[in-house]
Amino acid sequence: MSDRTVAELSRSLAQGEISSVELTRDYLDRIAQHNTLYNAYITVTEDLALAQAAQADAVRAKGEAGPLTGIPIAHKDIFCMQDVLTTCGSKMLANFIAPYNATVVEKLNAAGAVTLGKTNMDEFAMGSSNENSFFGAVRNPWDTERVPGGSSGGSATAVAADLCAIATGTDTGGSIRQPAAFCGLTGFKPSYGRISRWGMIAYASSLDQAGPISKSAEDAALMMNAMAGPDHRDSTSVDMPAPDFTANLNDSLQGLRIGVVRQHLAEGLDANVESALQDALKVFEGLGATIKEIDLPNSHLSVSAYYVIAPAEASANLSRYDGVRFGYRCENPVNLEDMYKRSRSEGFGNEVKRRILVGTYALSAGYYDAYYIKAQQIRRLIKQDYIDAFKEVDVIIGPTTPNTAFKIGEKNDDPVTMYLEDIYTVSINLAGLPAISIPAGSSKSADGKSLPIGIQLVGSDFAEAKVLNIAHQFQQHTDWHQQRPEG
Amino acid sequence: MALEQSDVEKIAQLARLDVDANEAQEVTKRISSILELIDQMQDVNTKNVAPLAHPFDAIQRLRPDEVTETDQREYLQAIAPATQDGLYLVPKVIE
Repeated sequence: MSDRTVAELSRSLAQGEISSVELTRDYLDRIAQHNTLYNAYITVTEDLALAQAAQADAVRAKGEAGPLTGIPIAHKDIFCMQDVLTTCGSKMLANFIAPYNATVVEKLNAAGAVTLGKTNMDEFAMGSSNENSFFGAVRNPWDTERVPGGSSGGSATAVAADLCAIATGTDTGGSIRQPAAFCGLTGFKPSYGRISRWGMIAYASSLDQAGPISKSAEDAALMMNAMAGPDHRDSTSVDMPAPDFTANLNDSLQGLRIGVVRQHLAEGLDANVESALQDALKVFEGLGATIKEIDLPNSHLSVSAYYVIAPAEASANLSRYDGVRFGYRCENPVNLEDMYKRSRSEGFGNEVKRRILVGTYALSAGYYDAYYIKAQQIRRLIKQDYIDAFKEVDVIIGPTTPNTAFKIGEKNDDPVTMYLEDIYTVSINLAGLPAISIPAGSSKSADGKSLPIGIQLVGSDFAEAKVLNIAHQFQQHTDWHQQRPEG
Repeated sequence: MALEQSDVEKIAQLARLDVDANEAQEVTKRISSILELIDQMQDVNTKNVAPLAHPFDAIQRLRPDEVTETDQREYLQAIAPATQDGLYLVPKVIE
């Protein structure tokens, strides 16, 4: 039963085929059996999960169950959970027991979800392979020699390997969508501010956004209904009520105008990824959509602008880790300066330190205009390109990643090679738009492993329901999202 | 723009990070390659383009200045590396 979608599990729970306690035990058994291999979880909250499951069964017995009541989920270890270890994948927080709940955690608790544990991730969400975790690399269930993507790699592997029904992730430059693509899953990044960032450990505050990693678009919509909405504790959360994200799932795509970005088809795209994209476009045409080529003339600048803005914001956000109030402190500091420097140098990993250095440089006197302001100007050009494009089309469809999952160790020698993984995803964060990655094909690796291919659907500001509708309709007419890794 | 090792040492000091002497050259090389990637931006004319700091150009919302949180000092200090009498302890600052 652990391989089912949330919607299916919800029906099984409602019909009394299984209790939440039984279902939770199932998942806990699978975690105990398989997590050593996958390394998807940093912390398993077994006692909490069983208590929440019993509570969910009691709520159901009273006739008060909602769609997520009793559903076993996992949280990316970037979300603070009260009295639970919350590491953000870092040695810096390897001893951090969070004293409060993130809003996302609180909302999912209130919806009756059962928390199985906290998933592995690239340190402070900086990475595209999950190899930057202090707690070790995560393996992709489709081929355990390969990365699951990152930074929400633990969440993606946990869902793909049936170690939870659905998981939370965060996406600053692609960290939900890219691992979803690599693991054959649905990964949804809502518009900036749609979900509260309160208690979500900050990487780049103007880009960070939470969302679900799931087995279907319908599941993503169910999860969004619990996660989204304004929050007075996050002043950047959007001050408008969240709609019912499931309400439009079954709308017809007749007359839908799809944009395909000319620049995306030009350079560096893997042939299998391109053919999966073309096949998907044919499916959409069959459903009544029309395809139009569009231009995003500044899209080639998005990686450059992103790798200024994100590190600049990170260097400011991560200045709080100083060894004073919480987190790692070095042994026997000789003075305050020594304590700051050694706590930070010993507590942060290499990629985090690199981004802090780049960000500090971009914000330093004499370089601020040339780097930080310049990047924000480029950001406006990128946003304007999207505003113009959405005058002509309802949705933009393209690849999520330039290629399928790569091998562990293959790209971690050179940060720039790794950054170019994000070429199709980062502009969407810069523009604050909603986007979903859905499975749309697969290719065979040289050693005969089947590797999933994801495509990305991008909507205009706050058009989450539309994006989920289009993804759901695709999944009603294809079965790529139902394919599962062997073993 | 390529950096010198001394630039990296200066930035590291600003960020309160130690760059190990053995690693300094490697770090300098990698940061320089990142800056090379970033420098693609410099060819673009952005005259009269207003910087975009927030995807929807939103401005900071203010709330009424009312006390809404309760005192949780003991609970919050339980996770600190070192405290005494409700204060955070750090190495001696004033000689």
